[in-house]
Amino acid sequence: MSTPLLKVDHLTMRFGGLTAVGDLSFEAQAGQITALIGPNGAGKTTVFNCITGFYKPTEGMITLTQPDGKKLLLERLPGHDINWKGRVARTFQNIRLFGGMTLLENLLVAQHNVLMNASGLSILGIFGAPSYKRAEKEAIELAEYWLEKTGLIARADDAAADLPYGDQRRLEIARAMCTKPLLLCLDEPAAGLNPRESLLLNDLLISICRDHNTSILLIEHDMSVVMQISDHVVVLDYGRKIADGPPEAVKNDPKVIAAYLGVEDDEVEKTEAEIAAIAAQAKGDAR
Amino acid sequence: MAHATHDAKPASQPTRVERAFKDAFIAALVMLGLSVPILALRTEQNMSNEVILIPRPWLVVICCLIVFVGRLLLGLFVFNRAPGAKPLVETPTAVKTAWAKFAPYAAQVGLGAIIAYPLVALYLGGPQGAIKWIDNFGIQILIYIMLGWGLNIVVGLAGLLDLGYVAFYAVGAYSYALIATKVIPATYPDLGVWAFWICLPISGILAAMWGVILGFPVLRLRGDYLAIVTLAFGEIIRLVLINWVDFSGGYAGLSSIPRPSFFGIPFNASETGFAARFGLEFSPIYRTVFLYYVILVLALVTAFVTIRLRRLPVGRAWEALREDEIACRSLGINTVSTKLTAFSTGALFGGFAGAFFAARQGFISPESFVFLESAQILAIVVLGGMGSLFGVVVASIALVGGIEILRELDFLKAIFGASFDPTQYRMLIFGLAMVLMMLWKPRGLISHREPTVFLKERKSISSSLVQEGHG
Ligand SMILES: Nc1ncnc2c1ncn2[C@@H]1O[C@H](COP(=O)(O)OP(=O)(O)OP(=O)(O)O)[C@@H](O)[C@H]1O
Ligand SMILES: [Mg+2]
Repeated sequence: MSTPLLKVDHLTMRFGGLTAVGDLSFEAQAGQITALIGPNGAGKTTVFNCITGFYKPTEGMITLTQPDGKKLLLERLPGHDINWKGRVARTFQNIRLFGGMTLLENLLVAQHNVLMNASGLSILGIFGAPSYKRAEKEAIELAEYWLEKTGLIARADDAAADLPYGDQRRLEIARAMCTKPLLLCLDEPAAGLNPRESLLLNDLLISICRDHNTSILLIEHDMSVVMQISDHVVVLDYGRKIADGPPEAVKNDPKVIAAYLGVEDDEVEKTEAEIAAIAAQAKGDAR
Repeated sequence: MAHATHDAKPASQPTRVERAFKDAFIAALVMLGLSVPILALRTEQNMSNEVILIPRPWLVVICCLIVFVGRLLLGLFVFNRAPGAKPLVETPTAVKTAWAKFAPYAAQVGLGAIIAYPLVALYLGGPQGAIKWIDNFGIQILIYIMLGWGLNIVVGLAGLLDLGYVAFYAVGAYSYALIATKVIPATYPDLGVWAFWICLPISGILAAMWGVILGFPVLRLRGDYLAIVTLAFGEIIRLVLINWVDFSGGYAGLSSIPRPSFFGIPFNASETGFAARFGLEFSPIYRTVFLYYVILVLALVTAFVTIRLRRLPVGRAWEALREDEIACRSLGINTVSTKLTAFSTGALFGGFAGAFFAARQGFISPESFVFLESAQILAIVVLGGMGSLFGVVVASIALVGGIEILRELDFLKAIFGASFDPTQYRMLIFGLAMVLMMLWKPRGLISHREPTVFLKERKSISSSLVQEGHG
């Protein structure tokens, strides 16, 4: 196999006494969708925060291989350079949009560095230089492309905070894609989506991966999404890797079943029925 | 009292009117308790130097009545309103429609009025009477508009709460004063008449440099911490100016600062002065009118640059920073340098305004750069609606002009006695204006944000969606 796009080696992240991520090593191949799954609090978001520079790992090495073969050590780059130089983009578990700005503005902010250079650090821009105008036009075209692709073009001039939840999630993905990333890290993109939106999201992610030379690292709780679209699955539990492989293999791994998929479907139903019964009883008591 | 807790038994709860009366009664009782020892008796000395007591029962009664009625009205109309009820004071629809018609032209009409103002004042007041109106009103307001626009970049756009903005104003003023009175006469005395025009850019750049020097350590802090440190910085600059007497003249300040020339032609009564050159009779009004247009141009440059910057990537990054700093970082925006540019751009315009201020006054001292100035400028930005240029104009006219108007109202002296000085109530009036604004328009006069680009249609965004920033 060729060199992986992202290689995480012995990553450890401690918060005081708590080891959120312990000695984690995995790889994400170029052109693939790699899923990172695990129960709540397993340390998935922490891994993302280490990769995208929001946390400085306690130990370990995160290597990103550029298409020209150059290797970047992400943990040594300052936070903003990970997106600009490393070309790693991300979304957030709790959506972080620029709510008071329009959709179009959100996507233009994502192209800040490109536009900033074109505007000659604002000096050419203030005088309305044609080179800047051209760059801005291109930026708007790219933004339009992604708005179209995420089905948000009709609302391009509305405030981002006005969008319904599912649209906000897609806008965040569009915004990340406007930075033309090599690696897109998505933190629970399907959370809170209805089944139809979730299917559309699957198509979007597959298209991003196939058509835009962008590999995806995905955190997801929704197993149907993970099993359908990912090429490779890494399972975390209490900050440690317990399984790593293609989706089918992971699905049947006894360790994973024990830690995460441990509860069978009919058991879930049973538990839910029990909870409902208890709740009904509690209500009855209150009357 | 006013916010009575909701009991579980709604039937026995007193109605709002009952509660309001009870509440007002209690307030009046408190007032009675307070006013009896304070107001009921007045001590005076009689002819033989004995203290005599003059009872003033009516005063007590009136005060209690005022408190009772006031509290009753508050209880009936302000407190205990159902959640989600309409705002207390609603803008009447007639005003709204009229405003909607006028709004697109507001900028042009306003600009025309501001340009024509000194001429109108001259026409109406004559050369003698107009000076006061142009100087105390026009120039004073324009200085605050410019400062408001400068601070608006930092607070309104980038969302960095800066309580020490006056420091940059001071840096600009002292830069001009020191260079014009000490450096230029010692090096190139021939350039004396050009002092203002040479020093204006230098003062701005020095202030911007101070912005960078200060911003570098400070902008790591956020929210309250940033506010406190900028406040401290403002005070430090002032204290240095007071104590470093050799440098800045201490409390005495710096005087005989050269006034601006008409591009090399001084405004004086001499042969080569402005009036003589243009065949006019000498009068101080020419300089005043000229100063008015200088500060007007400076302010317009500020506005122009702000409008342009907002539509450039750096301006969008400022606003994005105000909305969500973490998201900015994930998109490759260097948050530290972006904040620094906002801080130093704001400082630049503060420095220009400072240089102008020094040139207009001819004398500066640390007295002019106290915290109250920062507070006043911030009040203008907040009242105007954060991020809105037009709002800043309206707020400056209302606050600065309003205070000056008070000075003019001679009948106030007739009511409150000859020693009444309305400017001493400046802060009280500010406070009241703030409270009323927060009731009427919590997000400032202009409470919407104009997008910087649009695909099909420009829709303004309600401020309730816009973040205020956390520093
Ligand atoms: N900044 C922090 N300081 C201290 N502890 C933290 C911090 N960030 C995360 N943790 C802890 O690290 C552990 C892993 O958290 P993380 O958010 O990575 O979990 P997760 O796998 O993303 O969970 P979820 O599925 O609920 O999103 C948790 O116990 C969390 O409390
Ligand atoms: Mg998480």
